[in-house]
Amino acid sequence: MLQLNHVAKLFNPATPDEKIALFDIQLHMKPGDFVTVIGSNGAGKSTLMNIISGVMKPDTGNVRIDNEDVSHLPEYRRSQWIGRVFQDPMAGTAPRMTIEENLAMAYARGKQRGLSLGVKASKRILFREHLSRLGIGLEQRLHAKVGMLSGGERQALSLLMATFTNPQILLLDEHTAALDPARAELITRLTESIVREMNLTTLMVTHNMEQAIRLGNRLIMMDGGRIILDIDEERKKDLTVERLLGEFEQISGHKLSDDRLVLG
Amino acid sequence: MSDSSWIWGSVESGLLYAFMALGVYITFRILDFPDLTVDGSFTTGAAITGVMITNGYSPIMATFAGFAGGLVAGACTGLLHTKGKINGLMSGILMMIALYSINLRILGKPNVSIYGMDSIFTSVKPLIIVPIIAIIVLGLLNRFLYSDLGLALRATGDNERMIRSFGANTDFTKIVGISLSNGLVALSGALIAQQSSFAAIDGGVGMIVIGLASVIIGEAVFGARNVIHHTISVVLGSIIYRIVVALALRVEWLEASDMKLITAIIVIIALVLPSTRRVYKQKKMAKKRSAEILHVGQKKTMGGEV
Ligand SMILES: Nc1ncnc2c1ncn2[C@@H]1O[C@H](COP(=O)(O)OP(=O)(O)OP(=O)(O)O)[C@@H](O)[C@H]1O
Ligand SMILES: [Mg+2]
Repeated sequence: MLQLNHVAKLFNPATPDEKIALFDIQLHMKPGDFVTVIGSNGAGKSTLMNIISGVMKPDTGNVRIDNEDVSHLPEYRRSQWIGRVFQDPMAGTAPRMTIEENLAMAYARGKQRGLSLGVKASKRILFREHLSRLGIGLEQRLHAKVGMLSGGERQALSLLMATFTNPQILLLDEHTAALDPARAELITRLTESIVREMNLTTLMVTHNMEQAIRLGNRLIMMDGGRIILDIDEERKKDLTVERLLGEFEQISGHKLSDDRLVLG
Repeated sequence: MSDSSWIWGSVESGLLYAFMALGVYITFRILDFPDLTVDGSFTTGAAITGVMITNGYSPIMATFAGFAGGLVAGACTGLLHTKGKINGLMSGILMMIALYSINLRILGKPNVSIYGMDSIFTSVKPLIIVPIIAIIVLGLLNRFLYSDLGLALRATGDNERMIRSFGANTDFTKIVGISLSNGLVALSGALIAQQSSFAAIDGGVGMIVIGLASVIIGEAVFGARNVIHHTISVVLGSIIYRIVVALALRVEWLEASDMKLITAIIVIIALVLPSTRRVYKQKKMAKKRSAEILHVGQKKTMGGEV
């Protein structure tokens, strides 16, 4: 479904600030795979997401979706296959527009955007139905400006917007990190049920070790721009947070350092 | 002239300039793109229409051609900014300068008079036909801004990264927005040329500030709950601006040439007032809250909902 072959990315090449953000990344995901990603600050996790979604182009290597090489496609073209939720709750929605307008824009993903009305009665029914499944009452507030919503509400809306057109791939970059524990838990629960229900191929960066172990069927660990550990479903079953951290230290030779680290 | 005719005059020119204000609204408010092409494209609309009318084309066709000239000028600014990666202000300034020469080429001389020739106001009075055009333009503009493409355009100014992640080509939406904006500006120029019976090379000087003044006045007086409301406010703001100017000019010691200064002062007041009011409000609120907190002492405040 998703393949990265020998992907490398340098920042500020050939300058004193040269930074190897990704180094020979090799990652193949099967349809329906739910992969959690952990790693220190600066390990290259967000860069990996940006390479997949087309925000950045890899210096070497290629990205394939459904066996089609998409390396040359700009972000807006790749978005027909990819849904994203960012860490910043402000990033995934348009604050000065209403909830239903935001949903209409998400609904238009992968379609030609023309002059037909963005929000129609038929779409509104669909939006209400999807919103009510979030269980936080947003279906009552279709005309509210998104800027009025709390961080948790916005993130729930972003998650819905990223998924309800059934993308081939879902990218989640620490999408609960900016929320307080209760709201983070809500978003995690929603993520879990949406991904399971729609059987989405998902790549989720998280700073929460317990979550990284509990969710998904595969876990990868990144450090210094490489994937240093790849744990499959079998081995993931009897993994603990201590064992995971221990393994990280052993392979990388240093402690996992993440300023947002949550053990569980 | 009866004593209240100046009000009707103001309403008339307010409506004629309202299209220009709507153009400024699209770039400054929707796209968050400070486009200075306006001063040039206003004249482009006037010049194309004026010259076509002197050459015997039908006024309606000449008006549409003026509008189209603005569309092209705006598209050029958009291309400079998106494809040429030139800073937004700079792209507008470059285009404005370039248009000066182009407009002079179109006009052939600094002034073209169409006095006594056919215009769209020959058989119908401006006060009858302009409101109709304004309603049509408002309707079409709003219909566009609520379409799929229109939503993407609005999101481009609101959260560019987000709308790109949903598949909109934001270079394209910006070009469309800036183009449409300057089309409306040029339409204003085309209509003003017909109303005043001439097109002059310096007709557009200061338009951008007048447009901004109209937008700001409209927002301040009538509010801006949503896009429909906002666009209507802008049109009304343009009318109020003309009334204010007309009133100012009735003051004995002010002259017509002082208009630009008056406009600048209106914009300055409108820009300064809200921010000083906000600072003042915040100070007051801070005082009140600290007093409360000191009083309540131990009682903890509760957090909000999800
Ligand atoms: N646009 C950029 N220009 C220069 N360097 C960059 C840029 N983006 C990222 N980097 C560097 O590349 C490295 C990888 O960054 P990345 O954001 O992918 O890390 P991350 O694993 O997401 O870290 P975090 O846990 O802090 O989110 C870091 O050292 C970062 O400083
Ligand atoms: Mg990151």
